[in-house]
Amino acid sequence: MSAIRLSPAAAILRHGVLVLTSAFILVPFVWMVSLSLKSPGEIFRATFSVLPAQFYGVDNYAKAITSVPLPRYMGNGLLVCALILAAQILVCAPAAYALAKLKFWGRDFIFAMVLVGLLLPHQVLSLPSFILCYKLGILNTYLALVIPYVVSPFGIFLFRQFFRKIPDDIVHAARLDGLTELAIVWKIMVPMALPAVIAFSIFSVVAHWNDLFWPLIAVRDGHLMPAPLGIMAFKNEEAGNDYGPLMAASTLVVAPLLIAFLAAQKWFVEGMTGGSVK
Amino acid sequence: MSGIAIRNIRKSFGATRVLHDVSLSIADGEFLTLLGPSGCGKSTLLRILAGLEVQDTGSIEIGGRVVDGIRPKRRDVAMVFQSYALYPHMSVAANIALPLRMRRLSRAQRLPLIGRWLPGSGPVISGIEMEVSRTAEALGIAHLLNRRPGQLSGGQRQRVAVGRAMVRHPAVFLMDEPLSNLDAKLRVQMRAEIKDLHRRLGVTFVYVTHDQAEAMTLSDRVVVMRDGEILQVAPPQEIYADPNDMRVAEFLGSPKINMVDATMREPGLVDLAGSALPVACEIAPGSKFTVGIRPEAFQFAEHPGPGVITGSVRMVEHMGSDLFVYFDPCGLEHPLIARLSAERAPHIVAGQTLHVSVRPDQLLVFNRDGRRVRARDVSRTNPSTPVREWA
Amino acid sequence: MSASLPAVSRLAQPAEGAAAKLSSRVSLPRRHSFYEAMWGWALIAPALVFLVVLFFLPVIGVFVIAFSDWQFGASSLSFVGLANFREVIFDEGFRASLINTVVYVVMVVPGTVLAGLLIALLIESSHSCRALYRAVHFLPFMATATAMAISWEALLHPTIGLVNHSLAALGLPVANWLRDETTVLPVLAVIGIWQNLGYAMVLFMAGLKSIPLDLYDAADVDGADHWLDRLRTVTIPMLGPVSMFVVIVVALRAFETFDTVQILTQGGPGHSSEMLLYTIYRESFEYLRAGYGAAVAIVFLAIVVALTLLQARSMDKRVHYQ
Repeated sequence: MSAIRLSPAAAILRHGVLVLTSAFILVPFVWMVSLSLKSPGEIFRATFSVLPAQFYGVDNYAKAITSVPLPRYMGNGLLVCALILAAQILVCAPAAYALAKLKFWGRDFIFAMVLVGLLLPHQVLSLPSFILCYKLGILNTYLALVIPYVVSPFGIFLFRQFFRKIPDDIVHAARLDGLTELAIVWKIMVPMALPAVIAFSIFSVVAHWNDLFWPLIAVRDGHLMPAPLGIMAFKNEEAGNDYGPLMAASTLVVAPLLIAFLAAQKWFVEGMTGGSVK
Repeated sequence: MSGIAIRNIRKSFGATRVLHDVSLSIADGEFLTLLGPSGCGKSTLLRILAGLEVQDTGSIEIGGRVVDGIRPKRRDVAMVFQSYALYPHMSVAANIALPLRMRRLSRAQRLPLIGRWLPGSGPVISGIEMEVSRTAEALGIAHLLNRRPGQLSGGQRQRVAVGRAMVRHPAVFLMDEPLSNLDAKLRVQMRAEIKDLHRRLGVTFVYVTHDQAEAMTLSDRVVVMRDGEILQVAPPQEIYADPNDMRVAEFLGSPKINMVDATMREPGLVDLAGSALPVACEIAPGSKFTVGIRPEAFQFAEHPGPGVITGSVRMVEHMGSDLFVYFDPCGLEHPLIARLSAERAPHIVAGQTLHVSVRPDQLLVFNRDGRRVRARDVSRTNPSTPVREWA
Repeated sequence: MSASLPAVSRLAQPAEGAAAKLSSRVSLPRRHSFYEAMWGWALIAPALVFLVVLFFLPVIGVFVIAFSDWQFGASSLSFVGLANFREVIFDEGFRASLINTVVYVVMVVPGTVLAGLLIALLIESSHSCRALYRAVHFLPFMATATAMAISWEALLHPTIGLVNHSLAALGLPVANWLRDETTVLPVLAVIGIWQNLGYAMVLFMAGLKSIPLDLYDAADVDGADHWLDRLRTVTIPMLGPVSMFVVIVVALRAFETFDTVQILTQGGPGHSSEMLLYTIYRESFEYLRAGYGAAVAIVFLAIVVALTLLQARSMDKRVHYQ
């Protein structure tokens, strides 16, 4: 739709509509931050304002950090995301290289398996995964949070698409230079497909930082809970109607991804839409 | 009457100046080509003519009417795009019909399904259908009317694009590199068809290309552009044989024209490539300038002598009827290229010594600024200079 | 110009020939095929093992549980055919869950797609504040749904929530949005639209960018220069294939809604906001009815697979379009 010069009236209409939709989008964020700065008395007052009458932010945030192990929850989330991402790249990149550049018996069948894997939502597999973790004796450990995700069919698929675009001659040249196939994966393929790796990393981290479903099943121990499960527990047990600290905790959980997003929008959009958007 | 007058057009995109003060007038029914390398501003000029870009300053007149600020559809121009810009979701018939539908039907009448049954639209629609099929027949694409552009070959798409432009009988045809997406063989064929189309329609064509062969074969006049400026406007023969500017001489002709630094020895005699050659222009003795010599201007000579250049042959390329001989006259860093007739020149091999002569009127003299210095008393360069085949 | 080309290409040819010879030697067909196959299997082995253990065995497991009488802790099982499915289908809770999910999806998909399209068109129609608007509208898609659900709960709170405060100030009727059977599902749908419209918007913006500008120029010259005509002649038809893709992707996300139900309503009041994924979770892990949960999971899987296959087909179409 570019190349249209909007008339002043059309430009005003455009901004008018977009400001309205932006307001709709932002209200929950603004409300969350606003409540996190207010005292209980003010929250339950009949009148309201965006800015707190009495700044209660320090108390709320202090309570969110101390009375609940929020730093622990966020640390758990970070650790789990890091472990999952590391495992996914370690497993998926060599597999994607084999599928993209090597010829071997059974390759097409395995690729078909990857495509079928793309079809299967983790939630459907949760019951057998739970049983598997139980049999392995890893329920209620970090391992249980990580294991179901160590291979990502989407990761294999995405990497394969990118690796295929790298010319075969580069692989041949690397072999002439004496690199093993494994070295080709890590020294040639992954660096050359870095945009895909970054997009996938963002996709993976966002998905697992925000995930509630599987942690709810896999861990019961408060010390192991990642952030979403942690604030859910906070809401159910301790907070009740103590909105201030609850909103402070929510703000702290949402903040890291949003800040990262605002800092690297393009990468996030690409990662979150599966690389289908440039 | 649909001549075009372009007056003092300037255009910048941000800090880049694309057109510097371009003025040009185009006669009614003329086939005019804007020729130049990419980035010379030729496409921008065409898009300003179409109304797709707005000039910063200057004025455009089409058919005696100033069209500045007038939208493309009211300018009575049609355009064929390099990519053809066919609507991929519409049939060929719908593509060709669109300009007529947009002009003759109201917005309500254009609604899908219902529009056809609104009062007054029936006869208009059948009229449009008639004209579409007449246009399609004229272009030999009548059997393709129900296909989608995606199902057509490059040449067929090109004809559809021409059909869409032709159907509403515009006063001016604008064509932006319409042949550049075709393979070489088809390009030659479509070139002939465009020439024929121009003859049949008799309206003004403005044609943008970077291909000198297209410019030479199609045009009544060629406009050579470079860096947003017009270097020369002239019929093809004249552009080739009598260039105004070093850049024009270098842009046209294949192999490229030889450019040699030279010094005036005495009036009428120039020091060039180790020889003294007579020239027909008056420049102060001792001054330096550049001489352009077309490869085919060289004549094979049996012996050295006055007016003959001598050098050792570096490489010979046999092109069938002609030989391209690369030779190094003494005192030159780069070899000169001579295009010699294979019949007239004996068997020439690398390493031997070659003598060539050149007629004084075929030395194109350029001053330090690259502008042509013309002979005062010598009549215009012989227009019978052969224009080689433009393959 | 063209005549000097043969010389160049003649020079280039031997080099190309050498390169071709080299490359054929490096990937030597016979001797190296074994080496290549060994490496292929070695590199893919970890992924293959995990794929089998984490995807294929579990999916078989789901089917086994769904068609048997297995319970947590049971050491043996026997197949009971469709008994679990019969139980599921005749269970009012499941039927409510399925209907709720479909109704929710039917509200979320058009809302998200139309809002996403409108916002994408508006943002792309001019350069001013383009990046800002895009970032703002994409925020909810990134934000942790659990945390945002808590904020929505506060907004929708019957006494201290902003929504009721505002409605009351305007003299409009208020409601206990999340505790009222008639409002709870539409409210969840609004939150679903809020979460996903930025995603639809971004996909549409990419679709808009891939429309060749020449087409708009051609439309201008052809006389379709009013914004409505441009929209109808070029923009909307060219977005057709992308739209199909967006509809399915958004539908998939809507079907997978879990966090907002878990945080905000727990399926209530009654069964009025119960949705498939929440049913799977609760039956399997809270009520420990493995057979029931697995049967619902298979229904859910069937829907997701059907939608994904539809999506793959629409992607194919997109390729054929050009």
